[in-house]
Amino acid sequence: MPDYSWPPMDKRRVIGKPTLRRDGLEKSTGKAKYSSDEKPPGMLFGALLTSPHAHARISSIDTSEAEHMDGVKAVRVITPAGQEVQWEGTEIAAVAAVTEELAQDAVRKIKIQYEVLPHLVREDDLAKAGNRAKAAGEQVTGDPDKAFQEADAVSEGTYGIPVITHCCLESHGNIVQWDGDKVNLWPSTQNVPGIGGSLGKSLEVPIANVHTEMQFIGGGFGSKFDADRWGAEAGRLSKASGGKPVKLFLDRATELQIAGNRPSAFAQIKVAAKSDGTITAWQSTSWATGGMGGGGMPPIPYVFTEIPNKRLNHTAVAINAGGARAWRAPNHPQASFLTCAALEDLAAKLKMDPLVLFTKNADYTARAGVYRAQFQKAAEIMEWSKRWHPRGEGKGPVKQGLGLSLNTWGGGGHASQCRTTINPDGSVVVEICTQDLGTGTRTVISMVAAETLGLPLGAITLRIGNSDYPPDGASGGSTTVGGVSSSTRKSSVNALEKLFASVAPALGVPPDQLVAVDGRIQVKDDPSKSLPWQDACRKLGTGKISEMGENNPRNPGGLMSSGVGGVQMADVSVDTETGIVKMNKFVAVQDCGLIINPRTAESQIHGAVIMGVCGALYEERIMDQQTGKHLNADMEFYKLAGIADIGEIVVHLDIAPEHDKRGVIGLGEPPVIGPIAAISNAVANAIGVRVPHVPLTPDRVLAALEGRNA
Amino acid sequence: MSSKNDSEVPRKPKAGVSRRGFIGVAGIGGGVLGAGILEKPALAAPPTGGQLAGPGPVPITLKINGKPQTLTVEPRVTLLDALRNYLDLTGAKRVCDRATCGACTVILNGKSVYSCTVLAIDAQGKDIQTIEGISNDKPHPVSVAFVNNDGQQCGYCTPGFVMAAKAFLDHNPSPTYEDVKEGLCGNLCRCGTYVGVRQAVLEAAKEMKGGRHA
Repeated sequence: MPDYSWPPMDKRRVIGKPTLRRDGLEKSTGKAKYSSDEKPPGMLFGALLTSPHAHARISSIDTSEAEHMDGVKAVRVITPAGQEVQWEGTEIAAVAAVTEELAQDAVRKIKIQYEVLPHLVREDDLAKAGNRAKAAGEQVTGDPDKAFQEADAVSEGTYGIPVITHCCLESHGNIVQWDGDKVNLWPSTQNVPGIGGSLGKSLEVPIANVHTEMQFIGGGFGSKFDADRWGAEAGRLSKASGGKPVKLFLDRATELQIAGNRPSAFAQIKVAAKSDGTITAWQSTSWATGGMGGGGMPPIPYVFTEIPNKRLNHTAVAINAGGARAWRAPNHPQASFLTCAALEDLAAKLKMDPLVLFTKNADYTARAGVYRAQFQKAAEIMEWSKRWHPRGEGKGPVKQGLGLSLNTWGGGGHASQCRTTINPDGSVVVEICTQDLGTGTRTVISMVAAETLGLPLGAITLRIGNSDYPPDGASGGSTTVGGVSSSTRKSSVNALEKLFASVAPALGVPPDQLVAVDGRIQVKDDPSKSLPWQDACRKLGTGKISEMGENNPRNPGGLMSSGVGGVQMADVSVDTETGIVKMNKFVAVQDCGLIINPRTAESQIHGAVIMGVCGALYEERIMDQQTGKHLNADMEFYKLAGIADIGEIVVHLDIAPEHDKRGVIGLGEPPVIGPIAAISNAVANAIGVRVPHVPLTPDRVLAALEGRNA
Repeated sequence: MSSKNDSEVPRKPKAGVSRRGFIGVAGIGGGVLGAGILEKPALAAPPTGGQLAGPGPVPITLKINGKPQTLTVEPRVTLLDALRNYLDLTGAKRVCDRATCGACTVILNGKSVYSCTVLAIDAQGKDIQTIEGISNDKPHPVSVAFVNNDGQQCGYCTPGFVMAAKAFLDHNPSPTYEDVKEGLCGNLCRCGTYVGVRQAVLEAAKEMKGGRHA
């Protein structure tokens, strides 16, 4: 078997060098075509009629007027009379018309009567959940009662993190053309290789007959894996209108109502410790919702899993609101917040520096050495020991504070196939049916091929985003970079071996004595005997080399790995007169194995931290129990951080031989886990009291300052 | 940013202006708006001194990137939808569709506007500059700076940011870091690219000082 292992750190010419993203200029000049920008010939515009009620039965539905409008090509009922809708935004009917304006007019002409039914749309007060609450069994480890009795200190608190939405800037949707027995699909998806199967199943069309193409996606964050009901309906509208392509993307309100969200998490938490800060027991009563399916328990106590005595109770609450989907590091941000906030409160009770408490208890984690080293590094960057003060000791109305948190994540690499083709004219084509979510996947694949073939990045023609290419996996769980780097490395090594075999006679050595470096094929240790890449490829005559490479997720070759830790620290200022929290500085130290492109890796962490700032200070799905409505299904009241709201962000990537040797590890998720916890802890440190629920809006901060926490 | 004779054009806040205040301005929009979307004739009173258009499609001419383009749209069609759905100029994106996020930013008579909240018929007779029109034989320095500083991830907000940054730099050629934070606060990004965007705008300012780009 050829040697696929990564070149040694000091021998790499492309991998590990900060590299600008290859598709950057296409995006920044507006040339990049997202699926929502496509307009295949004859395209019709689709529009959805959705439920204005959180819970209702459809009494009657009359589409006749809509059907007879000029320019309307197809009308479909999705939820017929007699059926119930369980949340606002549920798809009821769909229309395809020659213009978008007509499609929207036609939706308004559909007459529908609802029998409104009782609803529950809020879960923050568990006492009001009634029979919508479903308790999971109690989990007990060790002897928590005894541990709490014998403790030197016990800290108690209530914590809450609300449902937030993905709020992808490109809304969910597809263009679908169902023509005869073939389906053409232009989706906005994290799953180009798999979404055709999802749509084919809904439409009862063989997967092989679905062709998928997507070059760019405007955000997914875990919410865009399937074709969804609206994708299937676009297909049916297309068929009903004689095979014309139908574009059906959600409007902003529907996007926020039904296209996925992150489950909430609320908890009453009690932690016991010895006077030296050693944690002895954890007890939590938690509840959560992810829509009608309820919400599972986040993994608490987070990271400190080996606390010897524990009692855990969790209740899932089913509410009449759009369902949860995977949200960048599912359940981890909630768990990190609940745990790190409770432990920071414990440190405050013990009058200890939380950095000391977290470090002291690191042996309860799976990677004590990593976290201790990272805390030390982060503290150095933040100047923690010089700047940290006990809770609420600042002077004046604006208080400054520091907080910390930690994260863990898996990674690994999904199943992936790649094809590398070397042509006699020297051109190189790499093909792989994957997607670049903006994480830099295009750049990473090109870098691996360039490194392997000894060529500059520009010599690699990369083709992705098309179901004709060898299948990769969905981009979820931070598994893409591990998968594509491994399959690309293997296909490129395989192709190069074939080239060596063709070139070896001309250089008078066996093929295994050849290497590819700096655009030449040369004899190992004898640079005087070499051929330029082009001349070497000419030896192929009229044939070309086309070789496959495959990543096996079980990772026999060790090119990638999984399991990382990271720590984060936040520095905030809080105006105790207005309740406004301002980000000063944020430090993220992340362990991430072999980094292929430090430039885009750093950008990923910046982005994750900023997304965490949004969750800590601004984002919240606000539901109104009176009307059952999602009050802020828009972007003016569903708040995201702006360019002036994020402070300074310092990223430290732990690039070192001991991490590098583990191989490639995905980075999309781990750094988004901790910011909410770190910022909440920094605010508690600044103002001297815990604001129990995030986001840390001015009203909540002021209420906490006035002692109105309950 | 000066403002003369353009009270009907919803402009983006330069700094710290609340989006709510902006929407108030946008609400004044065009008097003809009512003719397109309101079904009760009584509400569709003609605007004083104006001409009644619609409710059906009307021919209009838009001067986009220096070239007149004729199209037929209903009066209720926004400039953004005219660009995207009728002219296949898809650099400007539809995201919030109500003047909050800036993904649809274009430059109208030298000022950045949210094209989702300008009616296409109201943009007649004005100079409309879109992302497709700012790069000529070589990419505009703002576009290049966004690449050099990795001020983009998924890229869906990027054309809007680039246009907002260009308009900002046209009016503020020597901004400080703080100016950039204030000047670009009318655009939102979900991937979290603001660190790169701030650096990109400062780099572009330096590049553009030579005056090679109008």
